Amino acid sequence: MSEREPHTGPSPEAFREEIVKSYSGKVAKKRAKHILVNDPEVPAEIEANVRTIPGIISQRGCCYAGCKGVVMGPIKDMVHIVHGPIGCSYYAWLSRRNQAATGDGVANFIHYAFSTDMQEEDIVFGGEKKLAQACREAYAAFQPTAIGLYATCPVGLIGDDVHAVARQMSEELGINVFGFSCEGYKGVSQSAGHHIANNGLFKNVVGLDDTPVDHPFSINLLGEYNIGGDAFEIERILDLCGIHLVATFSGNVKYGDIASSHNAKLNVVMCHRSINYMAEMMEKKFGIPWFKVNFIGADSTAKSLRKIAEYFGDAELTARVEAVIADELAKVAAVRADVASRLSGKTAMLFVGGSRAHHYQDLFNEVGMTSVAAGYEFAHRDDYEGRRVLPSIKVDADSRNIEELHIGPDDTRFTPRRTPEEIETAEKKGFAWRDYDGMMAQMKKGTLVIDDISHFEMEKLIAVYKPDIFCSGVKDKYVVEKMGVPCKQLHSYDYGGPYAGFIGASNFYQEIDRMIGKRITRLITPPWKQQTA
Amino acid sequence: MRKIAIYGKGGIGKSTTTQNTVAGLAEWGKKVMVVGCDPKADSTRLLLGGLAQKTVLDTLRDEGEDVELDEILKPGYAKTACVESGGPEPGVGCAGRGIITSINMLEQLGAYTPDLDYTFYDVLGDVVCGGFAMPIRDGKAEEIYIVVSGEMMAMYAANNICKGIVKFAQSGKVRLGGLICNSRKCDNEKELIEALAEKLGTQMIHFVPRDNVVQHAELNRKTVIEYAPTAPQADEYRTLARKIDANKMFVIPKPLTMEELEQLLVKYGLAA
Repeated sequence: MSEREPHTGPSPEAFREEIVKSYSGKVAKKRAKHILVNDPEVPAEIEANVRTIPGIISQRGCCYAGCKGVVMGPIKDMVHIVHGPIGCSYYAWLSRRNQAATGDGVANFIHYAFSTDMQEEDIVFGGEKKLAQACREAYAAFQPTAIGLYATCPVGLIGDDVHAVARQMSEELGINVFGFSCEGYKGVSQSAGHHIANNGLFKNVVGLDDTPVDHPFSINLLGEYNIGGDAFEIERILDLCGIHLVATFSGNVKYGDIASSHNAKLNVVMCHRSINYMAEMMEKKFGIPWFKVNFIGADSTAKSLRKIAEYFGDAELTARVEAVIADELAKVAAVRADVASRLSGKTAMLFVGGSRAHHYQDLFNEVGMTSVAAGYEFAHRDDYEGRRVLPSIKVDADSRNIEELHIGPDDTRFTPRRTPEEIETAEKKGFAWRDYDGMMAQMKKGTLVIDDISHFEMEKLIAVYKPDIFCSGVKDKYVVEKMGVPCKQLHSYDYGGPYAGFIGASNFYQEIDRMIGKRITRLITPPWKQQTA
Repeated sequence: MRKIAIYGKGGIGKSTTTQNTVAGLAEWGKKVMVVGCDPKADSTRLLLGGLAQKTVLDTLRDEGEDVELDEILKPGYAKTACVESGGPEPGVGCAGRGIITSINMLEQLGAYTPDLDYTFYDVLGDVVCGGFAMPIRDGKAEEIYIVVSGEMMAMYAANNICKGIVKFAQSGKVRLGGLICNSRKCDNEKELIEALAEKLGTQMIHFVPRDNVVQHAELNRKTVIEYAPTAPQADEYRTLARKIDANKMFVIPKPLTMEELEQLLVKYGLAA
């Protein structure tokens, strides 16, 4: 751990004080708890997953966005019908640039948008009949393997029962139709929607297909959504290693893969925030252990692969994994060294997601850059401070509104992949299960950690510390770029990707090199800076 | 034109009282439109001689944007103009939103003609949500009369409706015109409602006694004024109509606390 200040400019403590002082009494009191100067040795308690203060301009999305947009939408051979007005249904079209492979006779509907396009009369008279009709039409046109129904705010207000329609349509159409009460107003951010999606998938899909998976090294990859082709790259690597991927939740995945995912031997978790519920529930019901991985960053990918190999404890697999790592890292090394020669010592800020603001710091580290400030939009305390704080997280009323499933072992299908003794022995040797140490443990001392950052705080950060690159989403991208700082979108990847795995790491180094190195803002003098006679 | 809304607890006799009062005004030569704001669409039954009305919302659903005024505005007793807003079946959709849609549609179609002396809105039950408050929002209705009886829950509902009026009175022109006591023959009912009116800062504009002729008229799908024009009860409604016509007392009510309401009941009801 470096003792030197990771950035120039005023001390982070002074910056924090300045920001808090700018707010009025109650807001200042609240925001102060969301802004911390990091100490990785003893991560302080941060306030997270609470209501955004009105008026401060948040990056957050809604429950429906988290359920339909993030977790469910990428399942490619399902039809996802948004029950609501057409404005909400903009997000029926996956604006996050999730990709899905076609071919092998597998249907792929993710480039379609399905909506009931509710009109005023549907609000007055109820929209259940229209929703049922939409299911029939979608089935007639596409014959999907399953249909998901997603409730938007007005549906919750008028009381349309998407679950009743789903049951009726399952019977009528003979396919699995299931609903989500993911009205946008639920919870404090899209995080509530992730939980609802996890619950819905677990109740309605996981475990439906008991056909055994005949492979010694079968895993599920949880929390990877194939933005810009990330999942394709991870699939390529796992394939090279001889690791069989049963299902990804939910990038480039088929409904049937998820239905049989409980037959895998291991769950690995990428995006802890959006999918940890699934990992926990699958362990309790089916006995599948899980641990955290990160395929963002070449070294992180290597580390994750090694941990999977260690889990299986097979000499041949380990050798193969090591060979793949050696081969791939060698290819990455040249690009990495070249890019690092220009970017080493530069600074980045990341304010995005519930895992991304953490994962991408690995990529910056690999080319010698420092992440001087970071924070999540919608993560919880465990994503900042690590899962060790789970018992001390207070469950507020907003979270209580979201159903918590109480899962016990399945009567016939609970088969622990590792006995409690094996789990314990491995743990004693330093093998971490159900682990996530959070963002703060990995960030340098004296960096700033800011939860649910406001626009004001963001602009101040940029003005005061002048980072070389800022990572967030489309809501702030152009504000940042107008300030002369390049902004990389880590929701959609702008037009790039993949950034996962080894090829992805090279792509990312080069993209950041391009963005930092070729700043058009240096070449022009804006009108307001031009001298007037 | 005077714009009047009748509120009150469900089953208190709002529709009956409204239609009989309207009949009294119409018989006297006033030009009146009645807008029923109840999904059951039974607010104009006595004036039309049955449930003959196709509702605004049904018409809107069937015809789309091509709605003609004469499809939804039917002439009733003594040239009254009768409209039913309508709404969804029980348990589905949003009836409140329906009322908003319906009143907007009436405005766009030009139902509020200059020759009208009165528009009456007959509104379902209590002020349960934003949609049911529509007639008193944005000045759609400017005078409110609350139908009440000496029963506790009716008085409780009346007091709640007053809270709704206060909310909208502060930002608009709506005022409380008075309480109409539709007698249930409770003990000291007249005194009780007069005392309630006084506490609220308003008046009991009329005490309508209970009379079986109302029931007979209803069975014949007529108002009392049409069915039994010489009956004493017909005169009661005529009197109510004239009192409303002459009314000048429009107030922002002062709703009671629950304790005050209970004290009233003890003083006039139980103590009798």
